[in-house]
Amino acid sequence: MENLILGDKIFTSRLFTGTGKFSSNELMQAAIAASGSELVTVALKRVDMDDKNDQMLNHIALPHIHLLPNTSGVRNAKEAIFAAQLAREALETNWLKLEIHPDPRYLLPDGEETLRAAEELVKLGFIVLPYVQADPILCKKLEEVGTAAVMPLGSPIGSNNGLRTKDFLRIIIEQSNIPVVVDAGIGAPSHAAEAMEMGAAAVLVNTAIAVSANPVLMAEAFKLAVHAGRMAYEARLAEQSMGAHASSPLTSFLM
Amino acid sequence: MFSDELEKISWDETTRSIMSKTAADVQRALDKSREQLSVDDFMALISPAAEPFLEQMAQLSREYTQMRFGKTISMYVPLYLTNSCTNSCIYCGFQKNNPIKRIILKDDDIINELKAIKKIGPFQNILLVTGENPVAAGVEYIENALKLVQPMYNNLSIEVMPLKAEEYKRLTDAGLYGVVCFQETYNKERYKVYHPAGQKSKFDWRVNGFDRMGQAGVHKVGMGVLIGLEDWRTDITMLAYHLRYMQRNYWQTRYSVNFPRMRPSEGHFQPNVIMNDKEYVQVMLAFRLFDHDVDISVSTRENKEFRNNIIQLGVTSMSAGSKTDPGGYATFKQELEQFSVSDERTPQQVQDDIRQFGYEVVWKDWDVVLQ
Repeated sequence: MENLILGDKIFTSRLFTGTGKFSSNELMQAAIAASGSELVTVALKRVDMDDKNDQMLNHIALPHIHLLPNTSGVRNAKEAIFAAQLAREALETNWLKLEIHPDPRYLLPDGEETLRAAEELVKLGFIVLPYVQADPILCKKLEEVGTAAVMPLGSPIGSNNGLRTKDFLRIIIEQSNIPVVVDAGIGAPSHAAEAMEMGAAAVLVNTAIAVSANPVLMAEAFKLAVHAGRMAYEARLAEQSMGAHASSPLTSFLM
Repeated sequence: MFSDELEKISWDETTRSIMSKTAADVQRALDKSREQLSVDDFMALISPAAEPFLEQMAQLSREYTQMRFGKTISMYVPLYLTNSCTNSCIYCGFQKNNPIKRIILKDDDIINELKAIKKIGPFQNILLVTGENPVAAGVEYIENALKLVQPMYNNLSIEVMPLKAEEYKRLTDAGLYGVVCFQETYNKERYKVYHPAGQKSKFDWRVNGFDRMGQAGVHKVGMGVLIGLEDWRTDITMLAYHLRYMQRNYWQTRYSVNFPRMRPSEGHFQPNVIMNDKEYVQVMLAFRLFDHDVDISVSTRENKEFRNNIIQLGVTSMSAGSKTDPGGYATFKQELEQFSVSDERTPQQVQDDIRQFGYEVVWKDWDVVLQ
């Protein structure tokens, strides 16, 4: 499986994970370890940025794990930008998962505010990973303002409904020049495999692992699924490139 | 405003409708519950016909709650700032005719209370409670209290008399996150009996306070009815109507519901209506099926055994170690409590018990940098 280049980092794992909803910090740590994930997102609202010994952060402070703070809870661009700047100072990373979902019921992202915030945050030197609706136009605009990736949703956060937006994910993947990370709604390893087979650069999974009856086992299942899906994608790519370079076209025998 | 909507809903018709629900209505609601339920479905779920379905409701409630909230319970602590009140609510320990010592905490006392609370638990969610005394402890007093609390707590809520929209806005700008206010009862006719005098006697002013909170951009609105006044099934249904109305009109706001069961208080008011444990659980489950996102809050009015048993049933927010008298954490020896606390466990004990049940306690789920 090819490594993933994202922002200024190289990742060997294409499974990103979240930290919410776990029944304990210890279990969260074990599940993340089993997942092999190297990029872990944490909600600013959950961490005590002034406390060097914050429990949640302590449990994921491992050398191979890169922290991705997210702005879950903010309702507009202004709040997101403000929070991001304070977080950068406190947590010493310029990586940011931009999450603006003013509707607390379905937690759907506000595209307008996200685009506005992304543009500003990129100028301020952040590595921005924006969580958005599976809107191909919006994704191109985000690419243009300089985000490191786009993170279109599969279905609403926590719904475990899988790739309800797959038709649009396909278009986004086809048209994107930056990594496409499918984030939100992935409920089963098969969903993750499907996203990877489609050509997603990575997937982000939280609820499906955290709330599983056996989060460690589920995390490992997701790890294998992401691997399998990506390998299948790379195999298909290889086949296509072989076809293009065929020295003997299939129908030459008819000439 | 909601008072206009409420005019269109007949109390008696609602009661009749609830009582005529059948097992088929309940089953239909359960089958639909993965998508959005209507208030009519909710009525089926809190009707007597739903009683045999409790286990099924519990399984679904647990599933929906876990999807939305994970295996976590959020903790908060109340801080009573005053018990000075100009109202005469016949059931309340603080009502103006009760001969109790009236307290309005001063700045130093408030700081002492805050420090004392930090010693008993790593709380970040705090609920400031006052009686209604607009002259001596009005909006300025509350704003001042918020400023004192803010350096130490990340999530500030208040439970005070209904305010004007511009006052809610002013407090939100000063760092307020949430407002809790119980309508007590949605029965407009009978409301006067329980709240005979003072500003609280004005039904429309109170019931429209929630609209004003929404207009002001308050992040989270806590609603509730007091069980012990009127027919609880009808009042709870009105609360469901109100919740749905608020969500439709103020879609960026979060909501919580609470339905405290009346306990003894100094006023010797005996509840008209008693809700037993089974019924309490039924209401909790019904709310979760009705709304997968609403925060269901259970305070220390409920005892330890009960609160432990409901951990997996849909509750998402609990208080612990509570003192319901102003100055109760550090400043004064016990004066009169607003209601007696039934769960006297320390926050640490509550945390240990919750963890025993395979759930995690969340002390912090907001940050001042986000607002």
